[in-house]
Amino acid sequence: MAKLILSMDGLVLKEIPLTKERTTIGRKPHNDIQIDNLAVSGEHAVIVTILNDSFLEDLGSTNGTVVNGNPIKKHFLQNNDVIELGKYKLKFVGEAAPAASGEKADFEKTMVLRPAAMKAAAGVAAAGGGAQAAVAQRQAAVQASAASAAAAGIADKDARTAPAAAPAAPGPAAPGKPAQPLGAIQLLSGGNAGKELELTKPLTTLGKPGVQVAVLTRRPQGYFITHVEGASRPTVNGQEIGAAPHSLKDHDVIELAGVKMEFFLKA
Amino acid sequence: MDLTQTLEIATCTDPGMVRSHNEDSIAADPTNGLVVLADGMGGYNAGEVASGMATTVIVTEMRQILANARPYEVDQKNNQEIAARLVREQVLKANSSIYQAAQTQPQYAGMGTTLVVCLFYDNRVLVAHLGDSRLYMLREGKFRQVTRDHSLLQEQIDSGIITAEQAKRAAHKNLVTKALGIDPTVEPELHEYATKPGDIYLLCSDGLCDMVDDEDIGMTLQALGGNLKLAAQQLVQMANDNGGRDNVSVILVRVLREYPGAKGVMAKVFAWLK
Repeated sequence: MAKLILSMDGLVLKEIPLTKERTTIGRKPHNDIQIDNLAVSGEHAVIVTILNDSFLEDLGSTNGTVVNGNPIKKHFLQNNDVIELGKYKLKFVGEAAPAASGEKADFEKTMVLRPAAMKAAAGVAAAGGGAQAAVAQRQAAVQASAASAAAAGIADKDARTAPAAAPAAPGPAAPGKPAQPLGAIQLLSGGNAGKELELTKPLTTLGKPGVQVAVLTRRPQGYFITHVEGASRPTVNGQEIGAAPHSLKDHDVIELAGVKMEFFLKA
Repeated sequence: MDLTQTLEIATCTDPGMVRSHNEDSIAADPTNGLVVLADGMGGYNAGEVASGMATTVIVTEMRQILANARPYEVDQKNNQEIAARLVREQVLKANSSIYQAAQTQPQYAGMGTTLVVCLFYDNRVLVAHLGDSRLYMLREGKFRQVTRDHSLLQEQIDSGIITAEQAKRAAHKNLVTKALGIDPTVEPELHEYATKPGDIYLLCSDGLCDMVDDEDIGMTLQALGGNLKLAAQQLVQMANDNGGRDNVSVILVRVLREYPGAKGVMAKVFAWLK
């Protein structure tokens, strides 16, 4: 679960877990996080937590809300964001990454947000009133649908509540590149002999369109060469490759469309 | 009109690296220029059932109708082409079949599916979609997303709560706001676009676009466009190499040449004589 760490002048005052859907921040005592300081407005800001995502919204405070040095109206909180309210600082700490990737898998199961649930939630939100009715509504809808989905056996409730890092969670297509050595090819014949080409992209095409084309793919397991088009196939160390991707080893010699080239791994 | 020589279609579907079953379903009817992709959801095997029903119902119903009709025929009643009405009706039919099954059989309770349908006719493509399965297009080297997801995330992006960049890291990617088979009725989003020879269309489930950046998908299509089957396999492989956390399905359609509907003077005369 995400939390906030309240501090002043570098001194940690307390830790506040974001357990509620709406966590209000302000000077008045009814706020979830009360900061009794004149620089803080009565109702200063609110943090709306939808599943694992937290949004900070300024409630039209007199002195404004600053995140990482920038004044904001609405902000999608990321791990280690620092919210400043006058002399006070609130550090946002996202959830820890899940231990097993298996937990994540169920979490990502597609679920539908039912209009009925949204409408019901809208009623609740309207009754509750407040400037953030729209946000609350959505959030309530998510909760409601998540609950109904879980009840219907669509989602595993435990998996949903299992810790999943907001920022580190379903990473956007970040292939496991770091450990893999970079490959390159050097042309051995033809007009450009001696020229070197680093294979940094996930795939690099070689050859002449319409005559013979092959693709070099960069995968976590290493580099592969695959025949794309043309009557004849490329050769690796004098052997014609098959239809399946052919794994490339350091110093393999490829011949393609009459040009010889050497594949090698860079240290 | 037979479109087998006009459209080149390649498909590939895979359970991914984590899931044991494949809840995605894909279907293609090259003769009628119809492709359908569905990403099912629901416990046990219900997701597969829902997506399978969606693709089967739509393809078989459309095949029957298109045996005796052309999508560009004009309905005398409202002076509109029948294509959009036909597709919408079949989507609704699939919706009620899935909904009925979910209501009557306890093991299917709560099942549903996302959907993308493309019908190619008369140098155009009609697209119907529900949920977060997508259609992309590559034209003259430019790769872009055609459909807009019906998802909570997309709504948040639209309302300015989060940016597209932040959306990539959001945890609630999996919540769709529209789907087939969840409610007694549903309204699919329908659009029509002109096609050009050389265009490549990509239908995919979120297992691809969640795992592979749009940029890399576009690059793959551009690089491997000459070999559609290989491109489809490569896309699935890239999703799996990046973790393959969900089922991955892709359908690629390349427009090889023009395919105008027979709408000359003679066709009109024949229609009038009927």
